[in-house]
Amino acid sequence: MTRSLITGNAAAAWGARLAGIDYLPAFPITPQTEIIETLGRWIDTGEMDARTVMMDSEHSMLTAAGAAAATGVRVFTATSSQGLLYAMEMLFTVAGWRAPFVLVNVSRGLSAPITLEPDHNDVLAARDSGFLQLHCASVQEVVDGVLMAYRLGEDPRVRLPVIVNLDGFYLSFTREPAELPDAEAARAFVGDYDPQGVAFRASHPVSQAVAVLGGGPYSYFRYEMHRAAQNALPVYDEVAADFEARFGRAWPAVEGYRSDDAEIVFVMLGSFATKAMAAVDAMRAEGQRVGLVRPRLLRPYPAEALRSALVGKRAVAVVDQNLSLGYGGILYAELCSALYGQPGAPMLVSFVGGLGGRDIRAEEFFEMVEVARKAADEGRVPEPRLLYTAEEMRELRKLQGIATAERVELASPSPTDPSGDGPSQKERV
Amino acid sequence: MSAGGSAFESIKDLPSRHLLGTGTAMCAGCGGLGAISEIYDVLGEKTVFVNAAGCMTLLSIYPFTPFRGSWLYTAMASAPAGAQGVRDALDLLVGKGRIPPEEDLTVVTLMGDGSANGMALSATSGAIDRGLDFFCICYDNEGYGNTGQQSSESTPLGAHTATDAVGPGHPHAKKDLFGIWLANRPAYAATVIAAEPLDLARKLERAKTIRGPRMILALAPCPTGWGFDPKDSIEIGRLAVRTGIWPLKEYADGRLVHNKKPRKGLGVEAYLEKQARFRHLFEPERDDKAIAAIQAGVDAYWDGASSPASE
Repeated sequence: MTRSLITGNAAAAWGARLAGIDYLPAFPITPQTEIIETLGRWIDTGEMDARTVMMDSEHSMLTAAGAAAATGVRVFTATSSQGLLYAMEMLFTVAGWRAPFVLVNVSRGLSAPITLEPDHNDVLAARDSGFLQLHCASVQEVVDGVLMAYRLGEDPRVRLPVIVNLDGFYLSFTREPAELPDAEAARAFVGDYDPQGVAFRASHPVSQAVAVLGGGPYSYFRYEMHRAAQNALPVYDEVAADFEARFGRAWPAVEGYRSDDAEIVFVMLGSFATKAMAAVDAMRAEGQRVGLVRPRLLRPYPAEALRSALVGKRAVAVVDQNLSLGYGGILYAELCSALYGQPGAPMLVSFVGGLGGRDIRAEEFFEMVEVARKAADEGRVPEPRLLYTAEEMRELRKLQGIATAERVELASPSPTDPSGDGPSQKERV
Repeated sequence: MSAGGSAFESIKDLPSRHLLGTGTAMCAGCGGLGAISEIYDVLGEKTVFVNAAGCMTLLSIYPFTPFRGSWLYTAMASAPAGAQGVRDALDLLVGKGRIPPEEDLTVVTLMGDGSANGMALSATSGAIDRGLDFFCICYDNEGYGNTGQQSSESTPLGAHTATDAVGPGHPHAKKDLFGIWLANRPAYAATVIAAEPLDLARKLERAKTIRGPRMILALAPCPTGWGFDPKDSIEIGRLAVRTGIWPLKEYADGRLVHNKKPRKGLGVEAYLEKQARFRHLFEPERDDKAIAAIQAGVDAYWDGASSPASE
């Protein structure tokens, strides 16, 4: 085991390398590109015995990934944001092939407006696809998560592809010290890829992903996938226990931080949860009993583990780094469904923040605890809050002022315009 | 073209045992199924067909398949990308000694004209660009056939379709998919038709000796979409070739050769008048101008055709 200072993207590449992947269909997109570049270099220098191919789109990339897995090799690929959406048809499709592989998604906000920094609307759009989802909060978790994802997806009781998610910029380009498992130990943990009969061979013809007629057979195969995804809950616990036994690091499906004796708890996904951890420490220093619960596994949904972590708390502040437009926070809705009707269920309060990489500041975490406490005191759930500060609004107004001024200037008659009557504002915009 | 060295000297040499099973959900007289069946006889069962959404999706309906070999249904836009994944995986497995070479398969994609001319063009071009070792078959029934023959990028000038159902018909000429393929410089490309089985078998046999992207464009006379009696499917295919509407050609070693000249003096109307999709050109009154425009397109093609073809 060696300790290195590496980025989240490098950690994802190391995870794939240590898992002994055979095949990497690739397509570049910020902020993911460093992953495929790193792996491509290792393949070219012979440090990895694998093949990479640059595809014409993420849709093609996911098709090639699924097809190669369905032919019996271990596959890795990576994308972000618009790329994940461009591939979306194939995410749903290849999940049904029951040929597991690992897809790293480096989260990034979705267009429009187009942006680069992270939120979780991209990966949550894949929520119902049949891909399992692991959400990472640290560089170490990315390396370990990729290794665990192969074990989980390839388990005969599961046989589904897995998304390992990390946040763009905050994790993809942040260097943190991480332990890289010894190559042989990692391979021993992951094991060899066993196609379990899902493979095309001359002596063993297979018809894969054929059409069905009618809802009966269709429902059967969809239910079967659902059951397989549910099987991944106990299998995850087994995989995590074995990982801890071999490498000494515990990665439970739901992680609690100072939450055991907490009255008020944050629930968050991904790297922004580390901001909540810092706020929890600050509030604990003031004597407030607050904590954090972070689901690492989002699909399958660890409802039971969330219930046991949250039942008995006074209030939970759910901070969604996503926005289901016209509804609100996605994690909030899922948490409501896990806790509804449970004796001792806490008051659930919804906040949306961190969209497009917007920071969530310590003061906002303090405020969210106050709002959650008040909700518990009054026994009434407040309206969901969209985090935005007065200062941000002032800055935005400045940008709008510039945009308006530019438009007016373009529309006004130019001194060199011989006709003297420049185009109207309407014509120019 | 000389048949020298070909396993198929005459029609008697064509396989008498057919590999593709019967009883599929295809329409009676389907020209696409005819071409695929003939192609399958030459390629054999050590194949995996990677299918795009289209008419042929209904070949394999759980729990039945007419194929003796393997099948993978992908999606409308990415069958060639599926072929890339299967080919690369088989190469890796053989290369790393995880399967013996005799377990290897020929990878074949199956696309309709809707897929091949439209949303799969990017995946197809990428596969040719990468030199992917595969057969790429497009069955071209000149419309979105599986959904009821709406106009596609392959629909010919003047044809009535479900979306050009009244008036003068489809307003512009068929897209030159074969030309687009050639601009990508594949290892091999050919047009074929089920109605010319000897020509088809010779081309597939030759393509089998070549590695790389091998592109096969099959005109697929479509009784339901074009409006003719299923028993006339072969006759319409022959007329497509003889009138020069469907040039049989072959591209290999960077050279394009035409395999059959159109029959002298046989105008396009011999082909057009047999199909309901062109009936408005003849009834209630004959539209000489529209027929002449279609003829002019065919004449212009053959005037510019690259090499003389033998009868």
